[in-house]
Amino acid sequence: MSYPENFRYTKEHEWIQVEGGIGTVGITDHAQKELGDIVYVDLPKPGTAVEAGKPLGSVESVKAVSDIYSPVSGEVVEVNELLATAPEKLNEDPHGAAWLVRIRLSNPAELDGLLSAADYQAYLGT
Amino acid sequence: MLKQIPLAALHRAAGAKMVDFGGWEMPLQYTGILDEHRAVRTAAGLFDVSHMGEIEIRGPEALQLVQWVTTNDAARLADGQAQYSGLLYEHGGFVDDILVHRVAANHYFLCVNASNQDKDFEHIHSQNRWNCTVENRGADYAQLAIQGPRAAEILQKLTPVELASIRYYRFRDGEVGGRPARIARTGYTGEDGFELYIAPADAAAIWQALLDAGRDAGLRPCGLGARNTLRMEAGMALYGHEIDASITPLEAGLEWIVKWDKGDFCGRARLERQKAAGVRRKLIGFEMRGRGIGRDGYEVRVGGRPAGWVTSGGPAPTLNKNIGMCYLPAELARPGTAIEVVVREQPVEAVTVPIPFYRRPK
Repeated sequence: MSYPENFRYTKEHEWIQVEGGIGTVGITDHAQKELGDIVYVDLPKPGTAVEAGKPLGSVESVKAVSDIYSPVSGEVVEVNELLATAPEKLNEDPHGAAWLVRIRLSNPAELDGLLSAADYQAYLGT
Repeated sequence: MLKQIPLAALHRAAGAKMVDFGGWEMPLQYTGILDEHRAVRTAAGLFDVSHMGEIEIRGPEALQLVQWVTTNDAARLADGQAQYSGLLYEHGGFVDDILVHRVAANHYFLCVNASNQDKDFEHIHSQNRWNCTVENRGADYAQLAIQGPRAAEILQKLTPVELASIRYYRFRDGEVGGRPARIARTGYTGEDGFELYIAPADAAAIWQALLDAGRDAGLRPCGLGARNTLRMEAGMALYGHEIDASITPLEAGLEWIVKWDKGDFCGRARLERQKAAGVRRKLIGFEMRGRGIGRDGYEVRVGGRPAGWVTSGGPAPTLNKNIGMCYLPAELARPGTAIEVVVREQPVEAVTVPIPFYRRPK
């Protein structure tokens, strides 16, 4: 799977795509492969304040639990309801239909600290 | 440096995700835990469990030593018969849980847990008042397990040994793929199947021959991930989780491997006192009712108060539920008790249920 150029990435394997001050957040294809079969996704409710680099929820695979770290600070404005009933979509379409949350950014400058697609792929290669 | 099982390179080449398991580099999964789990329940799965240990006890008084160090009654074994048993310390806690195979009256073959094999050997050696020969043979055996409803049919293609004549918990020495193998009808998945003890040098050839023989029957290579979900559904104990040095068989629901009428054994006095006084905590199964998965080590509360801990927990793919096992005070450890499993600081509703969670259809 390719890593979209218009996403930014974290070293903890989340992605964010920002449009009009709202960032859509997910986990990367690399992350879903490492986790294996995903069976449960725990996400915050809309209205929750999140902070860059702090856990915003968790993803559980058959084997293990992994925290999801927020790439940015802000407020959760939407949660992907699809994942409550079909968590396995995260294995199938992690960069698309299986996005996790949308966040209204409180400090867009934080985006500058995230990785580009090329940087992220280079990071995976090391 | 991780210890390498004989087939590690072959597993990597097959696309396995490798992990550190108690110091061994082992395959966690190939195609995915759920896929492998279902293959074992519906067709068959092939596991490389070469990290497991083997200890051999020989001598005219081999039975006396085996009887002293284990809780089950090895005197009931005939040649070619195996038995699940406990190896206990004087204080009644587990050194390990093991399989005892009687090869001959003066020869017992023990299959022990990978990370416990040195400790088990030292323990047995220290208890050897009968001048038996006790050998740690872990490096001399590779072990493959073929498990599932089609395991016998697949394995039969590769061996002249008539598998239908080997009953559950029996074994036979013969050949698989033209190479010597001890073929035991045992396993750790809750399904019918066989565990093969073979020479490390033969492991790659036998592994490949089994995969080829089972391709049309749906045989899949399986990793430790599926091994864990399968054994958990079948309610089988895992050392370091359900049992360890601080847990006795009576607490772990394993009194059936303690044979009180067999005579004295290491740890017996302590177990007798515990039985007379009544155990204070017991292992019980649970099913999650609320959203969330109880994992190993999570706190269990009853009526809002800390009461125990989860020993193993996760999804049960066959049952489509989130299950687990936990220790609770004995008076609470009966099926139907409402409990809460603390999942990342949030108490989530669960209910206790009997173990095992899954029994294969007869």
